[in-house]
Amino acid sequence: MTTTVYVPCDAAALAVGADDVAAALEQAATQRGIALNIIRNGSHGMLWLEPLIEVQTDAGRVAYGPVQADDIDSLLDAGCLTGGSHALGHGLTQAIPYLARQERLTFARVGIIDPRSIADYMAHGGFEGLKQALAMAPEDIVETVTQSGLRGRGGAAFPTGIKWKTVATTPAAQKYIVCNADEGDSGTFSDRLLMEGDPCTLIEGMTIAGLAVGASDGYLYIRSEYPQAIQTMQFAIDAARAAGWLGADIQGSGRRFDLEIRVGAGAYICGEETSLLESIEGKRGVVRAKPPLPAISGLFGKPTVINNVISLASVPIILARGAQHYRDFGMGRSHGTLPFQLAGNIAQGGLVEKAFGVTLRELLYDFGGGARSGRPLRAVQVGGPLGAWLPESQWDVPLDYEAYIKISAMVGHGGIVAFDDTVDMARMARWAMAFCAIESCGKCTPCRIGSTRGVETIERIAAGGPAREQQVTLLRDLCDTMLAGSLCALGGMTPIPVLSALNHFPQDFGLPARTEQPAQAA
Amino acid sequence: MVEPVIGREPTPTPCTPAITATHAVIAQHRDATGAMRPGSLLPVLHALQHELGWIPAETVPVLAQAMNLSRAEVHGVITFYPHFRSSAPARHIVEICQAESCQAMGSDALVEHAQQRLGCSMNTHTPNGHIALAPVYCLGLCAQSPAMMIDARPYARVTPERLDQLIARIEEAHA
Repeated sequence: MTTTVYVPCDAAALAVGADDVAAALEQAATQRGIALNIIRNGSHGMLWLEPLIEVQTDAGRVAYGPVQADDIDSLLDAGCLTGGSHALGHGLTQAIPYLARQERLTFARVGIIDPRSIADYMAHGGFEGLKQALAMAPEDIVETVTQSGLRGRGGAAFPTGIKWKTVATTPAAQKYIVCNADEGDSGTFSDRLLMEGDPCTLIEGMTIAGLAVGASDGYLYIRSEYPQAIQTMQFAIDAARAAGWLGADIQGSGRRFDLEIRVGAGAYICGEETSLLESIEGKRGVVRAKPPLPAISGLFGKPTVINNVISLASVPIILARGAQHYRDFGMGRSHGTLPFQLAGNIAQGGLVEKAFGVTLRELLYDFGGGARSGRPLRAVQVGGPLGAWLPESQWDVPLDYEAYIKISAMVGHGGIVAFDDTVDMARMARWAMAFCAIESCGKCTPCRIGSTRGVETIERIAAGGPAREQQVTLLRDLCDTMLAGSLCALGGMTPIPVLSALNHFPQDFGLPARTEQPAQAA
Repeated sequence: MVEPVIGREPTPTPCTPAITATHAVIAQHRDATGAMRPGSLLPVLHALQHELGWIPAETVPVLAQAMNLSRAEVHGVITFYPHFRSSAPARHIVEICQAESCQAMGSDALVEHAQQRLGCSMNTHTPNGHIALAPVYCLGLCAQSPAMMIDARPYARVTPERLDQLIARIEEAHA
């Protein structure tokens, strides 16, 4: 009898030795005369347990991790192929509390299926959303997405259905779907995890978008730092085309949609939508002024839907199960789920897909298990390098777009980077400005020059001296200029981490500490 | 075949291996009618760098003529993107993530250690030209910081000891 064993091929697993584990497993099986079927799946997102291998048993999949190549013999000796107990064992994967307590909609298949098998994708509900969409009028698809309450998951939280409607109602012979997979923010990996674990969901979402707005072509822009994601997506696109899910006549419907991968080249700014369009056009990734909106005049001057990976990958389940099913998750005007990403100094880092409304404290402690260093957590940056630093007094605010805006923070794409009490927040504020200076495209002055002046000013504040208060005023003034005077979010939002660090952790800047009031969300 | 716009480009250049490779890469990016697909400069540059390891300056006029661009435009694109190299690289590249998440787990100390171990600073290479050290801003391995990449292979939860092992392995291969 052949036993099926899953060994992830996600970059997060490869980075800690998954290929060596797979090779050791294969070798040991040959030596012992055991018939094994090793499937390279995506990652479940419990990244502190990677490489997490799973054995298929009658009761379900049994998990072991983190497994290294030299653990294989002891695992086989312990009878892991029948789910035998071992120090690295975690029982049934689906019963692990970290996973069992999640609400997985967009990530329902990630870690479960073989990302290189269309058959496996379809056996787990794949292409059900596209089948629905093929039977619907385009305006009904747009209406369903609008009704679901889905908002842009890349960070800006603009309603996806409204964006699609603008493109759909703009007359043009050629329109485009562009997927932004330039996931450059530190602390984020949900796009990568999805592309490497369930690539067909993204293809399906982009195709549905194409049908909805009348676009026959799509581009998927993936950053060059993600070679594994590029490979997996290219394999899936070729397979989907061969199976008739992409191309001139999707499943005999007479409708056309095809898509092409474009690879970035290390420029962070290309995650900004207009800069990304310039890059696909073969130019320097310099930001465009808006208006015109890309929805009116986007790629090659044509109406263009540009959405983040998670936005597009959430569309298939909305079409498959209906707008109401998705809408019922979440709170307030934040409907559905967000794949939160626990990163930095955290014991149990990984991906947690939950409905909006969960608090940072629940994520940091109930899921994350506190700091990996064992020290107290002190500051947490939410929403990437342009997101605010949150002190402990704000960790009970529900993660909801509007509640976060009220405390001058942003949920963004749900990236969460935790720091313990050894962090120097003046240093982190300086870093925010320094990063902006490194990555600025140079088009507008507040970002290009303001960021460098910001680094210098923060250095002067940190150095102390009689002019410190004056320098703080100068820094706030500079932040004001960048906020109001920059063309895009890089210059316009770099002040957010700077000011939140200054406001919540003034003692790190040599300023008098302020007494924290617990923040309340209405 | 796209005709060069008059006055933009002189007819280039003697044939070197790099220029032969450039012509070959350009030919691969033409469609059945002989036209370049719109916006194909980045894919062409990726393919060329994959072929040569970098983008030599002598290829710029060839690229410009084939794509009906000015040399300034091609040069501008090559220099805008950190991924494209205008000089020959070291044989191996060690890229250490320096973004927030990795900072939270001691990437600054890891960089310090790597610089001492290799005897070169960030953005330079070892005296024998075998190993270059470069920063990278996020590899998407943020739950397992600090992370790095060596020749497109990812490594996470990297300790100074692990870094030493990996560097020793490279050095042995060239001993």
